[in-house]
Amino acid sequence: MKYVVALLLMIVPALAVPVADTFSDPAMEARARNLQRQLRCLVCQAQSIDESNADLAADMRHLVRSQMREGRTDQQIEDFLVARYGDFVLMRPPVQSDTWMLWLAPFLVLGAGGAVAWVTVKKAGAKGA
Amino acid sequence: MTGELGQLALCFALALSLVMAGAGLVGARADALAARNIANGAAMGLLVFVALAFGTLTYAFIHSDFSIADVANNSHTLKPLVYKISGVWGNHEGSMLLWVLVLAVYAGLVAVLQRGGERLTSGALGVQGLLAAAFLLFILFTSNPFLRLDPAPFEGAGLNPLLQDPGLAVHPPMLYAGYVGLSAAFSYAAAALIVGEQAIRAQWARAARPFMLIAWIALTCGIALGSWWAYYELGWGGFWFWDPVENASLMPWLIATALLHSALATEKSGAFRTWTLLLAIAGFSLSLIGTFLVRSGVLSSVHAFASDPTRGFFIMVLIALAIGGALALFAWRAPSLQGGAAFEPVSRETTLLLNNVFLVAACACVFVGTLYPLVLDAVSGTKISVGPPYYALTFAPIFFALLVLVPLGPRLGWKRAELKPAIQSLYPALGLAAIAAVAVLAIVSPRGLAATGAFAMAGWLIGASIIDVRKRKGARASAFAAALAHAGLGISLMGVAGTTAWRSEALDVLSPGQTMTVGPYTLRFDGVTREKGPNYIADRAHVAVMDGASVKTTLLPEHRFYPAEGQDMNDTAIRTTGFRDLYLALGDDRGSNRFTIRAYVSPLAPFIWLGGLVMALGGLLSLWGRLRVREPEKKPAAPAQAMAAE
Repeated sequence: MKYVVALLLMIVPALAVPVADTFSDPAMEARARNLQRQLRCLVCQAQSIDESNADLAADMRHLVRSQMREGRTDQQIEDFLVARYGDFVLMRPPVQSDTWMLWLAPFLVLGAGGAVAWVTVKKAGAKGA
Repeated sequence: MTGELGQLALCFALALSLVMAGAGLVGARADALAARNIANGAAMGLLVFVALAFGTLTYAFIHSDFSIADVANNSHTLKPLVYKISGVWGNHEGSMLLWVLVLAVYAGLVAVLQRGGERLTSGALGVQGLLAAAFLLFILFTSNPFLRLDPAPFEGAGLNPLLQDPGLAVHPPMLYAGYVGLSAAFSYAAAALIVGEQAIRAQWARAARPFMLIAWIALTCGIALGSWWAYYELGWGGFWFWDPVENASLMPWLIATALLHSALATEKSGAFRTWTLLLAIAGFSLSLIGTFLVRSGVLSSVHAFASDPTRGFFIMVLIALAIGGALALFAWRAPSLQGGAAFEPVSRETTLLLNNVFLVAACACVFVGTLYPLVLDAVSGTKISVGPPYYALTFAPIFFALLVLVPLGPRLGWKRAELKPAIQSLYPALGLAAIAAVAVLAIVSPRGLAATGAFAMAGWLIGASIIDVRKRKGARASAFAAALAHAGLGISLMGVAGTTAWRSEALDVLSPGQTMTVGPYTLRFDGVTREKGPNYIADRAHVAVMDGASVKTTLLPEHRFYPAEGQDMNDTAIRTTGFRDLYLALGDDRGSNRFTIRAYVSPLAPFIWLGGLVMALGGLLSLWGRLRVREPEKKPAAPAQAMAAE
């Protein structure tokens, strides 16, 4: 049922998005867009608030922008949203004790694979000699 | 009657799959000729009865037989015929039946082609039979598409409008052809482990290659189709979201790609025998895990129509048995395989080995990124998101490193090669890479390291492919096939980089007659009309693309409402030049004829899918080369190699 609701929210057009809520300064606008891409829409599947039709995403976009107007840094805004919604809101998972395996695993596999490849090539070379 | 006929056909199919499993496995023994004949016959029978069951369900969907629960829950009389048919697999029960149908088709192909000789074929059929039986049991006990409804409702509930789309009508069969195609490679690998004789074992990689190729082609097309659908249907111009369901199809593709390369080495030079077997097992295991992720409702997304825990549990047991059984067989029999062949550090074998290391690491990255949040949530209740930034930092550099090596492989000979002439022959490709990088830096803004690197890489890949095709006149189809597939990677890379780095967009609320600009285009909003589709009502925006004062063309993005399903949908309008897409989506109604219009200009977007198509064509060419040359069924070089390796 949860996903049905999420799906509906995703498709129902966002009436709340104030279209006028853009920065006239292109640098600020680019910063806002970049920040929006880093934040996850909480009711959608794998979509950032930058590309979601959900009402909640629109509210969050508005929140990001109003905080930027107050002069907060990207880090402060992210921290604020994490305090409110948890780590789930970050598209880029934080590096901390319960996620270091997530970040290291691909490179551990790469390293292990490289080591195995090294041994295999050595062995194969020795066979030919 | 139709429902009962389908049910009966499924029961017969189950019986035949069990016969095929038993007879096939017995037939792997040298003296069991009768068992082999039974297995072949059972494979044909299985195909007939599964096709009958599938045909019955399709008939029920076409004729809107709402006395069958599956039809009532997922169809509607007003749906266009094509979506009545695609609705057969647009739901959990029907899609599992499609899965078994594809499995039966592959089993039939294995039985007809008899590749790798009678005994290997028989063993492969035995394993296919076990898989078919497991999935048929799953269907009959947890996901029966033929259950009746009494009383039958007057009208059906309809199909999720997101799925009412030509792209998504073809996407699932394509993806299943890929997933299940890997089952044939898996079955051959298991058969090779079951059969004791080295001479027969050595045949498996060659025997299974067409199936690996078909699976890889289908996966490539299926993924490209899915990504294209997300692009034009979701209305935000994105083409890949690192959604767990997308990842579920990407993982088997990465392993299938590794398998194609590793199996080549096993076949041509006898290297990596055990490793190739393990990859074949891993490839299909990931297909099964993908099915579990999508079907069990573990992930909440469009694809998870099933959120019934008994189904999830059943699939989990099935996966555990299939993967565990195969790995146990591997652990038991693989040590008796003869050791790898000799090759020098500078040789094609080494490049294929590195290809595998990078592809497996890339796959590990997707695997961890997809499953870690689920496991963490289950273990500690902590919820995290793993989004595009994670893959940009892990997957991208690993895949990029792989691409650097791609042009080198085809230039090095087997066993022993020289690095210097290989690199010298690549100077023109290096030149092309440099030109691409300079051109991107000089011409296009904004400048960016990622886009520059991606274009240099595309130049490197495509340049090397051009050299390959030019220099090797009269070469075998396989050389051209590799060149095409590698060039396709370069083309897709350009599309991804171009769209990501240089996309421009605009969002405006317009009254009729007002204009907006996006990139080089000026758009005039000419109002919205109400249109009636076969099973929806649409608000259709008329947006003129202006050329000065005259209208160049009119685009018609729509917002559709499906009353039967009670859902809204966006239908985007895209005008493409082949090099650039103008992409329009109609946003919300602001009252008094004012509407939100979202417009994107995506440079090189079509290249993303064009590249996928070129890769698939490379695969097809390779397949054609394989099947055209009638394999010498007498013993080729393999036994001699096996002896040489001793």
